Amino acid sequence: MRPFKYTKAGDATSAIKVVSATETSNFLAGGTNLLDLMKEDVMRPTELVDVSRLSLTQIKSVNGGVALGALAKNTDTANHPLVRQNYPLLSQAILAGASGQIRNMATNGGNLNQRTRCSYFYDTAMPCNKREPNSGCGALEGVNRNHAIFGWSEKCVAVYPSDMAIALAALDAVVKVQGRDGKIRSIPFADFHRLPGNEPEKDNNLQHGELVTEIVLPKNNFAGKSYYLKIRDRASYAFALISVAAALETKGNVINGVRIAMGGVAHKPWRAFAAERFLAGKVANEANFRLAADEEMKAAKPLEHNKFKVELGARAIVRALTMAMNGGREQAV
Amino acid sequence: MAKEFDDLDGFELTADEEALLEDLPGLSELGEARRKFLGQAAAMGIGSLAVNLLAHEQLFAGLDLAEETVFTPIAEENGVAVTLKINGAEKALTLDSRVTLLDALRDRLGLTGSKKGCDHGQCGACTVIVDGRRVLSCLTLTAQCEGKSVTTIEGLANGNALHPMQTAFIKHDGFQCGFCTPGQICSAVALMDEARNGEASYVTADVRGKAKTIQLSDEEIRERMSGNLCRCGAYPNIVTAIKEVHTGKPIDTVAWQFVGAREEKDAAI
Repeated sequence: MRPFKYTKAGDATSAIKVVSATETSNFLAGGTNLLDLMKEDVMRPTELVDVSRLSLTQIKSVNGGVALGALAKNTDTANHPLVRQNYPLLSQAILAGASGQIRNMATNGGNLNQRTRCSYFYDTAMPCNKREPNSGCGALEGVNRNHAIFGWSEKCVAVYPSDMAIALAALDAVVKVQGRDGKIRSIPFADFHRLPGNEPEKDNNLQHGELVTEIVLPKNNFAGKSYYLKIRDRASYAFALISVAAALETKGNVINGVRIAMGGVAHKPWRAFAAERFLAGKVANEANFRLAADEEMKAAKPLEHNKFKVELGARAIVRALTMAMNGGREQAV
Repeated sequence: MAKEFDDLDGFELTADEEALLEDLPGLSELGEARRKFLGQAAAMGIGSLAVNLLAHEQLFAGLDLAEETVFTPIAEENGVAVTLKINGAEKALTLDSRVTLLDALRDRLGLTGSKKGCDHGQCGACTVIVDGRRVLSCLTLTAQCEGKSVTTIEGLANGNALHPMQTAFIKHDGFQCGFCTPGQICSAVALMDEARNGEASYVTADVRGKAKTIQLSDEEIRERMSGNLCRCGAYPNIVTAIKEVHTGKPIDTVAWQFVGAREEKDAAI
């Protein structure tokens, strides 16, 4: 690991000031991803400003919804009564990620800022436009089994690794960030992360030095019918090949509202808007779920080694919606 | 052996080894015995290793080592002063900002129970308990632990009385090589509190329920312990050991045995 200066932030404003002043300065919260990337020499900050002791740890009711402090730990967020009862989809998604130890360390704001686990990004001997702009993409024609099927560019085919963020995308969360002018701005979740385009080095739309302070979940009626399905190579402690966050609101048998977001398929949490549009006002049954999934998959552009993700993704959507309809169970009770 | 070495007393050092000796001012002051050792080592083809060994010894001889200190760097870049509690005792350290909690425990405090498996947060061998919660010490900077309370495998037993989880791991043979065991046990000890607090997991049937003390099924234990890998594959016994402590009810050990007549008959085609 390269040498860096370590300082503890007294408050958010001073932390933002310090990080903003130096291009190679970073915030440090849980450190579960950043320290690993520093050991791998992928990230080379010259200064870390430790924000983990700032008071942004509260989880509270706001306007019928819930506000999650950016520095609340993943474990505390997943287990908070307000989250478990009103947003079980978010609890499930957080608990599907990482391990008990890592969830005890990782923070909500850090989760949104984690980097891809693309092996070409991690291997400094390989070309990677995200790590080293204009060095090329090793994965585009390399081993790309784990890579994107939606929204990728010739510059980057990496996927976003978070589970938590997939649920936040489905729940239409809003990210509050504080900038160097001290003002708080709100970013709708769909606009927080980016597709790679020509600038894959940018994972999200934060300016350097902007600090995530809070994530707000608006009120919804999805608590009874939601499910986070994660499909991976081993049963636990692995990143998703495909994940689906599904939430439904029905009147009788008819779909009043539906949200579907996918992980493991794109450079950002992928909202399945085509599938959602198809399902609006339709009867909630497996046949319609499959038609909706096929509608979404029309836009898929698989790479050489991940063609399986197209059919797997369609089936995952059907299964997640079916489980959601049954209140998270295999079959209706 | 000693006699064979004595026979080598007159052994000549090679030109390279003579040059290495030249590069070590003051080595001659280490005395004739060491010179002899060097000669013997040279005879066995490990001369440069021996020179290195003596050089390190010389380096350490000049340092005033604090009590309990295993290794103290001569100067820290970006030094950070940290005071924290390790297994109940307060420790004050000054260290390079890069030093992880794992390296501080092992290299600065001599607590080598916590293991460095992957050093990348993928294996769980470095698991320790910080302020009551299991965390990965390889991905924690010591600098972040100011004022915190750390419990390692060395801090679980009460004198010679083992922690119940340690006893259960021994009883149920919850390990083979033992490398992952300190991390497994620290993880399992913290897991008991998580279950008491009613924390949910990915395999919890319905997270909507109010948090209350939960009885962990085997599936729950496996999911919640998935951050601790065991390459020997002692998983079934680890689960049994944890279940015994969790339920408080003794579980019979399963004795290893040869297949009997019944199994032989079943296996016959």
